[in-house]
Amino acid sequence: MLKGKNIPLAITFIVGLIMIISFFIPHKPFGDIEQISLRWYSIIAGFTMVLGVDSLLGLHFRKIKRKEENWIHSIFLIAGFVMVFIAGVWGTIQYGSAFDERSFFTYIYNYFIVPLQATMFSLLAFFVASAAYRAFRARNVDAALLLITAVIVMLGRVPVGELISPYLPKFTDWIMEVPQMAAKRGIGLGIYLGALGVSIRIILGIERSYLS
Amino acid sequence: MKIFEKLAHIDRRYIYILIAVVVIVPLLMKPNLPIIPTKPVEDIYNYVENLPQGSNILISIDYDAASMPEQQPFLEALLRQCFRNKLKPVMIVQWQLGAPLGTQGLEKIAKECNAVYGVDYINLGYRPGYVAQMVGIGREIRDYFSVDYKNVSVDSFPIMKNIHNYNDFELLVGLEAGSTYLLWVEYAGGRFKQKIALALNAVSAPDAYYFYQSKQIIGLVGGMKGSAEYEVLEKRPDLAVAGMASQSYSHILIILFIIFGNIAFFVEKNRKRKEGGK
Amino acid sequence: MATTIGIWIAAGLTLFIYSFLYKDNPFYKFAEHLYVGITAGYWLIYTWAYTIQPMLLDPIIKNKEFILIIPAFFGLIMLTRWFPSISWLSRWSIAFTVGIGAGLGVTGSIQGFILPQLRSTILPLTGFDFATFNNLLIIFGVITTLVYFYFSKEHKGLLGHGAKIGMTFIMIAFGASFGYTVMARISLLIGRIYFLMFDWIGMLFGK
Repeated sequence: MLKGKNIPLAITFIVGLIMIISFFIPHKPFGDIEQISLRWYSIIAGFTMVLGVDSLLGLHFRKIKRKEENWIHSIFLIAGFVMVFIAGVWGTIQYGSAFDERSFFTYIYNYFIVPLQATMFSLLAFFVASAAYRAFRARNVDAALLLITAVIVMLGRVPVGELISPYLPKFTDWIMEVPQMAAKRGIGLGIYLGALGVSIRIILGIERSYLS
Repeated sequence: MKIFEKLAHIDRRYIYILIAVVVIVPLLMKPNLPIIPTKPVEDIYNYVENLPQGSNILISIDYDAASMPEQQPFLEALLRQCFRNKLKPVMIVQWQLGAPLGTQGLEKIAKECNAVYGVDYINLGYRPGYVAQMVGIGREIRDYFSVDYKNVSVDSFPIMKNIHNYNDFELLVGLEAGSTYLLWVEYAGGRFKQKIALALNAVSAPDAYYFYQSKQIIGLVGGMKGSAEYEVLEKRPDLAVAGMASQSYSHILIILFIIFGNIAFFVEKNRKRKEGGK
Repeated sequence: MATTIGIWIAAGLTLFIYSFLYKDNPFYKFAEHLYVGITAGYWLIYTWAYTIQPMLLDPIIKNKEFILIIPAFFGLIMLTRWFPSISWLSRWSIAFTVGIGAGLGVTGSIQGFILPQLRSTILPLTGFDFATFNNLLIIFGVITTLVYFYFSKEHKGLLGHGAKIGMTFIMIAFGASFGYTVMARISLLIGRIYFLMFDWIGMLFGK
């Protein structure tokens, strides 16, 4: 009985129902129960990070053990992890907080994490340019409309657009605030109505995929 | 026509070199291009400008180094405006990897404006929980932020004396790189009627226009261009303004790529159709 | 001195990543794996410094809030996923977090999105001016977009025409999104090039 899905389903139902009831009755006891539950949620959510980190390290330890392809790079990954972990612990001991501006932990953030993360994502600029040249084709009317809109927005959203014509930025604003907004609203409504349906199904125990 | 065929299949590394050149040269030449603020950005600026002195502003750092060039300039311009108008920014973080960026921006501008930590501004740091936190702050912020980012009790700072929940913030400014802004609008805005301004990276900005039209947000800053507009309004052009020339010419280059690529495509398509006809 | 070394490290790592543009190589792989490892370590320290210590340990030890042992228990049983024989316990934690998310989502989505957005689509159509034209376009665009995503009936006849018009609005929206995405990616590149030119090379020339 303990190992089955009944207890988790009951937990989901009770907690979900409390959240809905406390929305309508924010007074005692529901308001207090809601506040306590939300605080507990934040604490539990913090533990999920540990799961992710372990999963990652486990994968790379196995790669090193079995000497799979590129296992040398897994050593760098684990070395990076160990370096940051030690820096974080040392910073906490030395300054009371690893996030003190003087700590080596902050140094690693500024000179390792920022350049690595920022540069990884900046690679996409080159790929977008390459895709624009080699892949973006106006094969039909809809694709042509997409590309024309993209061109207008790309020109209207930069200062050069103002130099080409003062009406170009205004036309871009109109595209963003009227037709574009309308379509995005339609898409958003569809998504939220779907999400609402899924949330109700989860609370009622009809949707159980999260338990597998 | 064979030249079109060859150019259509050009090595992509030549394209990369062209993009790099078009970004580098304007940064060196620094041409002066006009930056006209748009209404969604002006709305935020004017709203902040008209807030009474001593108003508290909740600033949420929901971006990381990947969106730094787009968001950091806006953060600094906003903080300058806040300190100039004697407003009190309270910083929280939803994205762990962005916390030091928020801290650095805050400390840099606070030093520039001679603001005192704990009196004129405070940094409460990161807490997990997203939605739970956003709803929880509606009741009591200390349930999540009992200490600041350096683990000092918030009650030891004068700025936090009268801050308990959204009722004590005149504005929430979300600097967003993902979909966290949806939760702010849904919960802080929808449930607690908190006034919200959003500064989104350019990928997410088009999706927030419906919030602007429905007045669920007071204004919208989109991408590096939006940050540049805010810098112009604050009369302190910085990195975002400096990058606009490179942005402009890169866009023109990409448009030329699209046009040329399509011309080559249609020429080749036509040639194959004629050959097929023969 | 530490700053100078740091800038050299940052520039080196930046160039290692950019070397991928020529072709995949060990320098890029090194930088990529280092990034993942460092970020994982960073997350772990953050979890301790901003979750476990201030929200759990300090309240239990300093303020005697022993009731927090319950979420601590739920957090710990989340980690039983590592042990197949007792991994069923982790379902309780997942059920708790999913239940909260679903419960908040029901009211949040209606109050925070669906109702305000529907309300803002009911726009006045009085007069023959540009504002009325825009309002009409917005109403039409929202309805036809929703029609396009309605798959319970075949897109034929009036429904089919509505869906086609909805597709037009969607293409405009995607075109605008593409334009903004290009803007975003170029902005990131500008940021890195600015660092390389003015912080790194500028440092070499003593600026």
